[in-house]
Amino acid sequence: MSSPVVQLPDAQLRPLLAAYDASVRVRRRQSFVVLACIVAAVVLSSISAEVSLGKLFANIGNFTSYFGRLLHLDSGALVISDPVEWYWGLGRWLRLLGETLLIAYVGTALGALGAFFLCFLAAANVTPRPWLRIAVRRFCELCRTVPELVFALMFVIAFGLGPMAGVLAVAIHSLGALGKLFAEVVENIDMKPVEGVHATGAPWHVAMRFGALPQTMSNFVSYALLRFEINVRGATVMGFVGAGGIGVDLIEAIRKFYYSDVSAILVLIVITVSVIDTATGYVRHRLIGLEGRHG
Amino acid sequence: MMSRAPIDLAAIRSRHPQHFGPPSRERKFMQALGAGALLLLLVGMAQLGFFSGAFLSGVGKLGVVAGLMLPPNPGDWAHVRLYAMSLVETVAISFLGTLGASLLAVPVALLAANNVTTQRVLRFLSRRSLDTIRSVDILIWALIWINVVGLGPFAGVLAIMTSDIGNFGKLFSEAIEAADHKPVEGIVSTGGGRILGIRFGILPEVFPVLASQVLYFFESNTRSATIIGIVGAGGIGLHLAEAIRTLELQQASFIILIILVAVAAIDLVSSQLRFALIGRRGPAT
Repeated sequence: MSSPVVQLPDAQLRPLLAAYDASVRVRRRQSFVVLACIVAAVVLSSISAEVSLGKLFANIGNFTSYFGRLLHLDSGALVISDPVEWYWGLGRWLRLLGETLLIAYVGTALGALGAFFLCFLAAANVTPRPWLRIAVRRFCELCRTVPELVFALMFVIAFGLGPMAGVLAVAIHSLGALGKLFAEVVENIDMKPVEGVHATGAPWHVAMRFGALPQTMSNFVSYALLRFEINVRGATVMGFVGAGGIGVDLIEAIRKFYYSDVSAILVLIVITVSVIDTATGYVRHRLIGLEGRHG
Repeated sequence: MMSRAPIDLAAIRSRHPQHFGPPSRERKFMQALGAGALLLLLVGMAQLGFFSGAFLSGVGKLGVVAGLMLPPNPGDWAHVRLYAMSLVETVAISFLGTLGASLLAVPVALLAANNVTTQRVLRFLSRRSLDTIRSVDILIWALIWINVVGLGPFAGVLAIMTSDIGNFGKLFSEAIEAADHKPVEGIVSTGGGRILGIRFGILPEVFPVLASQVLYFFESNTRSATIIGIVGAGGIGLHLAEAIRTLELQQASFIILIILVAVAAIDLVSSQLRFALIGRRGPAT
């Protein structure tokens, strides 16, 4: 049943084998060097980050028992056994969750509006002045590289504790991220409609409105929705620095060891984020479908 | 001089009737949706107090705060040393967390990929758990790990690792699903089992894609690692939060400045490595 395999004579085979072995050896040596570099980096950073696997294994029981405690009420019963007791603060938490969604929505909307007006200045193909383009790009970079929470910390000083600081932090970060993405969308448009509108003698803003905007709108909305999804997640921790939303109660519950409250709030957050993800995902796929039909 | 022909509006109208009729239903619906979104924005802003005096006075105070931040000034050399050390710690946290997550995410991604795992229940469960991990923010994971291993950078490493297993698991499983199936068939046809099929049929094909995603996340994790210090999980965030809270704003702006420099440097290095791995026009991450 064996298939006929042609065997070369030994004398012919030997140099081929030797060449193969040599090439494998070179690749092995390269992989070994890369691996050695990674191992060295791991060792150095483990020292810097105070990694101790001993501590992890000694305390890994804490991790499982922590989740165990999260799932039990103060009375010692499982949380599922008494949902009313578990969700004693449901009204307050839902209100805070609504505030979280509002922070994410208003922040995303303000950021998207800002990015909408900036992106036409930042796109290489339609920008009215090259130096303006560079300035806007650098500004967007700054806005998205500084973490949201750092902005939130500073805004809390200026605007006081509360959701306003959170909204502004989310808005500035979204402005930076969306400004870049929107500008890339504008750079990819077909320039013929813009030239057509220009040819009628229309000023720059009219050319943008009727030449560029109709081609970009569905992508803008799609990116803004994606950002909203990310911001909902980000807004859940704004409360950690006092900038409003459900994070205020969550960090208090974690710090004060109100275990069942922690699990109740976490479950609410996971459900909310999943619902928002699914809904925005559905709308975004519809939008992409729409674009496919028109273009 | 060419004389311009008078515009025959009636003729244009009869040639393109669709542009002169009343707006279509779809267009009206879109306009209503836009108006609704704008209304919601205004109501939300009113609800959050944007139209009261608090906002304006806050803007004024923000100007003062921004003025106090300039010029960036670390104070003395002891502080510079301290900040440099914790910046190194931040990068170390990010590196270890990213590497650990990428190693742990591969088996999970194989479980969640529909061309590897044929068992529907197993696939569903691994996907849902990845979704759950991803919907919890990294700072919350940091707080949970602080309860397990105590305050310090190690908790930060574990937090980044946990939250990235969710991200990598999803991205890796998508990359594995997009892989060509023919190499696996070839290996199975020579008598290799499923494991060998994965090792020699799938992994060589997806490895560059996975590695480029890992490098991309290394940069974004460095940014995350700068803030987990705010809750006490190591890195430069601790000093930054402290400087802002005690209103040492010149030190705060100095820290922000060195963070920006570090992130830019890592971005540069990791994008060079990515281009070396996948070429300049690789898969978008």
